Order: sequence, then structure tokens, then C-alpha cells
Amino acid sequence: MGTLIEEIFSRKLDRRVHAGEIVVAPVDYAMSHDNTTPLAIESFEKLNRPLWDPDRVIVVFDHMVPAPTPQAAELHQRIRAFIAANGITKVFTEGICHQVMVEKGLVRPGDIVVGADSHSCTYGALGAFGTGMGSTDVAVVFATGKTWFRVPETIRVNISGSLRPGVFAKDTVLRLAAVLGVDGATYQSLEFGGPAVEAMGLSDRMTLSNMAVEMGAKAGLIEPSQGILAYVEDRSGGPASTVRATPDARYVRTVDLDISSLEPQVACPSEVSNVVDVGSVEGEHIDQVFIGTCTNGRFEDLQQAASILSGRRVSPRTRLVVTPASSEVYLAALKSGAIAALVQAGAQITTPGCGPCIGRHQGVLGAGERGLTTQNRNFRGRMGHPDSQLFLASPATAAATAVEGVITDPRRFLS
Amino acid sequence: MNKLRGRVWKYGPDINTDVIIPGRYCHITEPKELAKYCMADLDPEFVNKMSPGDIIVAGGNFGCGSSREVAPLSIKATGTAAVVAPSFARIFYRNAINIGFPIFESTEAYDRINEGDEVEIDPDAGEIRDLTTGETFKSGAFPEFVQEIMAKGGLSRYAEERLAAGV
Repeated sequence: MGTLIEEIFSRKLDRRVHAGEIVVAPVDYAMSHDNTTPLAIESFEKLNRPLWDPDRVIVVFDHMVPAPTPQAAELHQRIRAFIAANGITKVFTEGICHQVMVEKGLVRPGDIVVGADSHSCTYGALGAFGTGMGSTDVAVVFATGKTWFRVPETIRVNISGSLRPGVFAKDTVLRLAAVLGVDGATYQSLEFGGPAVEAMGLSDRMTLSNMAVEMGAKAGLIEPSQGILAYVEDRSGGPASTVRATPDARYVRTVDLDISSLEPQVACPSEVSNVVDVGSVEGEHIDQVFIGTCTNGRFEDLQQAASILSGRRVSPRTRLVVTPASSEVYLAALKSGAIAALVQAGAQITTPGCGPCIGRHQGVLGAGERGLTTQNRNFRGRMGHPDSQLFLASPATAAATAVEGVITDPRRFLS
Repeated sequence: MNKLRGRVWKYGPDINTDVIIPGRYCHITEPKELAKYCMADLDPEFVNKMSPGDIIVAGGNFGCGSSREVAPLSIKATGTAAVVAPSFARIFYRNAINIGFPIFESTEAYDRINEGDEVEIDPDAGEIRDLTTGETFKSGAFPEFVQEIMAKGGLSRYAEERLAAGV
């Protein structure tokens, strides 16, 4: 009798839980990264308590790696001292936290995983309730293993039809952002379903769930397929059971999206919902193209980009930065030849991590510059100077744009 | 809670955490230092023109974007007394409550209050009074559980007491 999120809470609390209730629930894993851990440490130390479970607290170094400034290196020192003092075992410096969490089998259907990062909603792709929180919230989980939630109402998003060649999950979720708006799901959960979603693999599902927060949502849940369950069992080394919404679940709203005739989409500066068909912005000059991030820095994304850039060159009018989402992705893309194709085309490959997405390092924009990126946010100044601008698109659109130096429909490169 | 009173600085809808405190300042944890960069990419003059006790009135979905707790922390560190908006992005909402920074939800207040107005907020009554125009607005009530956290001045204190009590 419930939506996916109500089912997850009901199972965790061993009683029927309904949207609108405030509950205190146990957490399976709590994650923080090098940008949010320092404040979490301060809040945690004020509580004067031991860590609730050193094996369930995860720290990922991904926002400032390798350290771009002495200040960042000193923050890292502080975090490492905290890790050592508390015996934390799950510490990673091999990619973006959300990608690494999934690869390491730390996200399982039905679990509650909180992260001190807004894109923790990505875990919904595996049927887990993942949500972002601030440092103090996560610090209290570090000490208690629990936190409070208002069980959210759910917007059901039914996606049907098949994407045409050159159009991807990223285009789908950008279109949805245009439909719902940047606050269309505030305080609520998104639940993606329908035949098009059922057919999607992990990478595409992660792209959908990742962007739930861009519509204000607390979570972006998807019922796991057999393929997802098999992946989780392989990665976690344990059994995985599915979680399902019941047929009589109540939704506050249902959105039906037929993607059969969807065009490649571009979100224009500086709001994620400012979305147009690529055709209406083709020819706009771009100073830097960035392919990477927790939204679209996976193996499938790099393959897609390489298939367009292979045998071609990045336009001298622009530059291309590529950041694999994790070391695992990097190695797979080295093996497949995608990295070689990208390098030969003139791409600059950077260390797995968040890279320029938050405007810290590894390819930021100057005043007046315009970037086209596969990330999830195009807020003003996000990638550097406050007077720079960002367009969001799929890896294919990004690759086509890198070849031409201007925004380009990737279907021009379909063989 | 004591009444809050100050002059209003008004901003539009969807004010995101990146313009409240840009990524290039996110490594800062010291409140006084953070205060210097509050609203850096939205209104760099904000920190110079505001006075402690002033109140921000902004459009809906305030604080959308990142989970960075330094966003409400930087606003609090300037001495800003409160933010009033039709709605808050949920992570910002939790973060503000957790660090004991007052926020109030009211669509009417955003529609009717002008920049520069003198405003008084009675947190217990949930009343926002525009002393310049004489209008009064009601703010949405917070859930009881949230009110308990706010009464303690934030989640740390609340959790500390609950842990000490063995709950």
C-alpha cells in the first residue's frame, strides 16, 4: 500500500508509514566528501560521542583531488586525522563519491543512504532511498546511526516510447526539468517508471535519479530490474531483494512523458529548467566543453563521446576537458580505446573526481566565457567566474560541440 | 524565541547555494571569514550595505542546489536575523534549522514586502509584520519536531541532549 519511498520506510520501520509522517529511521550508510567532511567533523566532535559504526561511515576525497591549493591539502590532513582517530575503514580517493558508492556495492535496494552531497539522490537508481543533507545532519548520523525524515509525497513519472538515435537519458531528464520546473518537486520524491525506464541500464538510471534534486526532489527512485539486482549482488557480495511500489499507491501527481519524438535537449544559462531543443541554439559559440561528473562521466558516456570524436579533432575555437567519474571508469575506457580516441582528438583528460563542475580546479571558466557541460547544474558562476555561462547537454551533444566549437546537434555525426 | 526586527533586503526566486556562497569559497569553515563572501555571486554589495539584524525576503525555492551547509552558515555569520521566502529547497531548510538559523515561509510576505521596509517577526506567533506598510502576514507553521530542534537552537544541541538522556 505505498509508493516506493513509503515501502522503503515501512520495511525499515516494520510498520505502515505514510507520506507526511515525520519518522526517525536507521541509516545503512552515511557518506561525506572532502568539501563537507570538515564541518561534519566540527559538529561530530561537539557531540562528544564515539562513531556509531566505523564500517558504515564512508569518506570520499573527490571535490579537491589532487589538492589544488595548500588550504585544500590542509583540509585533507584534518580529514585524514579524523579517519585515523575513528577507525573509518571505507575511505576512497578513486572518483566521484556517488559513482564510487555504487561501484563498491554500498548502495542496495531498500537501503537508506544519506550523503553530505546534494546528488546523493543518485542512489535511487538502485532502488535505495538516497538523499543529500548538510554536514551537521550527517554528523548526527555519524554519532547515532539515525536521522529524522518527513516521509515525502511522490510524483510518479511514467516514461514511454523509445529514444531516437542521438538522443539519451540526459535529454529525457532535461525535458522533465522543463516540465516540472526547478522547484516542481520540492519536499517531494520522484518515482521514475514506465517501459522506457524499465529498459534502461544502470548508467542511464543514474543519470535520471542524479538530477531529481534539480527539480527540488528529496529522492529520485526507480524500481530495480533483474539487471540492477544482479549488479548489486555482484558488487556487494550479498543477496539483494527488490522493492516495489504497490498498484494502489497514491501519488500527488503523475507526469506522462513520451520520448519517441524527443530531440537532443540543451539547458541554457542559468537555470536547469531553461531547456530548448538543440536546433534552437545550434551555432552558439562555446569556449570549453566538459564531459564528466556524477551525471554523465561513466563508461557509456565516454564511449558515446569517443564514437563521435574518434578520427576527428577538437575545434581550435574551443577546448575539451574529460574527467572519468571514477578510476574504474577510467580503466575501462583505457581498455576500450575511448581514452586514446579522446586524447588523439585533443581532449585533456583529468583525474577522476568532481573536477571543474564546482568551479574549483581542472578547467574553470574566465569572465565572459561559455561552457557546455554534461553536468547537472548551470547556475551562474558554477564553473568559475560569476560572469561565465553554462549550457547543459548529453555527452553526445558535448562531443559534437567540441568538434565544431559551436553548439551542434550530435545527429550530424551519426554514421 | 525573541522577536526579530530589521530592514529588508529583497531578492528574487530560485536563489541557489552557488550564488550564496560560490564553490571557490567552500573550503572555508570559519564563520567570520565566510561572512565576507555571503551572496558573492548574487549581490557582492550585500555584505557592505546590510547591518546585523537585517532580514532577507526572497522568492520561492530559496537555497536550491548544493548541500553545502556553509550557505546558511554564511548568511547567519553576517548577522542576518532571518530569511523569509514562499518556500525553501529542502536541504537548505534542514541545514538552516540544524544550525539554528530562523527561516519563515510566506508567499504573501514575499509578494507584499518591499526592499528597505522595516519588518518585525514574532517567531512564536508565526507573524511577520511590515512596520513600514502596517501589513501583517502569517508564516506557515513548522512541524512540532522541527520546532523542538529550533527551540534548542539547532540539531547539535538537540541531539546532544537526547544522547545524554539516552534516547
